Amino acid sequence: MNAVRSPKDFWLGILYLLFGSVALWVGRNYSWGSPGRMGPGYFPAIVGLLLLGFGAVSIGRSFLVTGEPVGSIAVKALVLILGSIAAFGFLIDRLGLIVAATILALGSAPASRHFALERRAVIGLIALVAFCALVFVKGLNVPMPLIGSWLQSLMPPWPGQ
Amino acid sequence: MDVFANLLLGLQTALAPLNLLYCFVGVLLGTAIGVLPGLGPLATIAMLLPVTFGLPPEAAMIMLAGIYYGAQYGGSTTAILVNLPGESSSVVTVLDGHQMARKGEAGRALAVAAMASFFAGTAATLVIALFAPPLTTLALQFGPAEYFSLMVLGLIGSIVLSHGSLLHALGIVLIGLLLGFVGIDVTSGTGRFTFGFLDLNDGIGFVTLAMGVFGIGEIIANLEKEESRKAIMKSLIGLMPTREDVRRTVGPILRGTALGSILGILPGGGAMLASFGAYALEKKVSKHPHEFGHGAVEGVAAPEAANNAGAQTSFIPMLTLGIPSNAVMALMVGAMTIQGIQPGPAVMTEQPALFWGLIASMWVGNLMLLVLNLPLIGLWVRMISIPYHLLFPIIVVFCAIGVFSLNNSTFDIFFMAIFGLFGYVLKKLGAEPTPMLLAFILGPMMEEYLRRALLLAKGDPSVLVTRPISALLLGLAAALLVVVILPAISRTRRVAFQEDA
Repeated sequence: MNAVRSPKDFWLGILYLLFGSVALWVGRNYSWGSPGRMGPGYFPAIVGLLLLGFGAVSIGRSFLVTGEPVGSIAVKALVLILGSIAAFGFLIDRLGLIVAATILALGSAPASRHFALERRAVIGLIALVAFCALVFVKGLNVPMPLIGSWLQSLMPPWPGQ
Repeated sequence: MDVFANLLLGLQTALAPLNLLYCFVGVLLGTAIGVLPGLGPLATIAMLLPVTFGLPPEAAMIMLAGIYYGAQYGGSTTAILVNLPGESSSVVTVLDGHQMARKGEAGRALAVAAMASFFAGTAATLVIALFAPPLTTLALQFGPAEYFSLMVLGLIGSIVLSHGSLLHALGIVLIGLLLGFVGIDVTSGTGRFTFGFLDLNDGIGFVTLAMGVFGIGEIIANLEKEESRKAIMKSLIGLMPTREDVRRTVGPILRGTALGSILGILPGGGAMLASFGAYALEKKVSKHPHEFGHGAVEGVAAPEAANNAGAQTSFIPMLTLGIPSNAVMALMVGAMTIQGIQPGPAVMTEQPALFWGLIASMWVGNLMLLVLNLPLIGLWVRMISIPYHLLFPIIVVFCAIGVFSLNNSTFDIFFMAIFGLFGYVLKKLGAEPTPMLLAFILGPMMEEYLRRALLLAKGDPSVLVTRPISALLLGLAAALLVVVILPAISRTRRVAFQEDA
């Protein structure tokens, strides 16, 4: 029933086809130029065509050669970590580094099955946020607000500002 | 030009208090991340790249280089004490190093590893000092055709030397090339593959890609196989190797250094490949190969010498030609560009203090590592015992802040997450992402050089094979491919890599 004998080859092949066709489709209007004056579309088109070829070969191979299964996908880790990073990106200007970094660390930590909010972890978290605030924002002048725009209106005016 | 006068200038630079301090910070940090499994020099250098912006170029490069070769020292500590490679290049050290530790000879193993690394580091520094100037002279004669062919050779080399199937190594390289095209094309001003995002006009950030694939993607993959680690702490006494050890390891250290130095220069080479090669070589030439895998001291000395030598000589193509031979070197190119220095053959003549200072700092750094490593072993052991579930959220936070600070753009944070997913997918499908990173860097350069070469030749592609050096380089690339495709050799290649898995 299952014709695909090497799933890894199959999915990599799909990946190549995907990239190849996006390259050719998006790049269809870029001018080719001539070999003497290569246009912006020249090189990407060659790479795109090669990718289509590799995709076909790889998928073809997946029916002929037996390979390992892909294995389980760490959906929980993916969602938690990537989601927390995205949340950090969204919140950094709005809530500021202190809250956003806490959310990022606390949001990604449960991706581990050993996660527990024990004393050592809490101390580590506080130290991490303090370190980031002092070193990156105060020390290296990374332009991130410590307290974001959403919170500033709630706060009493900062002395000296 | 006198090598010693140059090295003297280098030493003066390297020994300036500020540079000495950053060299120290670099090797210390390098050892620390080398000790920690799951955090490599690539992700660390990527995270620190924004920090180097405010430093003078010499200090910045010296520190980042220190992280790379320092990590080779740290990786062996974890390999010996925990039976887990702290660094991908210390995978083979695990085999015999941990067996020695089990027999209560951890101290000896650590000492031999440190000695081998120091000797290799010193020798590799000299190799760089001797070979860099002639290569630079050669590189100055290169035209666009030669550069294009050289990069083709580099990419083919990295494909041949990467793990896994050739088909997918090539496929991944093509994806890397494609990602490299994103952004405004320099010659025509056309925005390519930007999907309307203004943030993509300057292209995908190299650090964003590297941190996503090698930082975030690795973390998610690592979480699947979390394990507890216990360091073998007992019997750390007796740190001095015996006379017998010295006698037995002289040969392996010399051979490991030589092999590592050669493999480090090769495109796609570097520390990891060097250590695999050296271990296999020692097993072949040894009079008692049955001891390998059961605590043979040669099995620690040779790969440790080789990975350190390889880490250092991989700087040669980057320093002389401006072409990175592996992903870490690609980051070093990025660091130079941040400092406003265009990597290439001109660096040696225009920035002699930087060029020779960096080389001399490698020796200084190795000396620091030798002195540092053994007394600090207690600290490293405590670091190893930090569980991964406490460590990885810290790395995630640093990556997110680091990637933001490069362009002060939240867009890069989202993009890093996307590449994290992509890196995880590649890992799950068994595709090695390192060649992709190299292709990503080389792609736009290759396009530009090909364009120039063809423009000069009025559109005649035969220029690539009629110019002798270019023809030679392309011929080498073709020969490499043919050699790998030949079935007999591809079988031994598979065996060679399986042995290490």
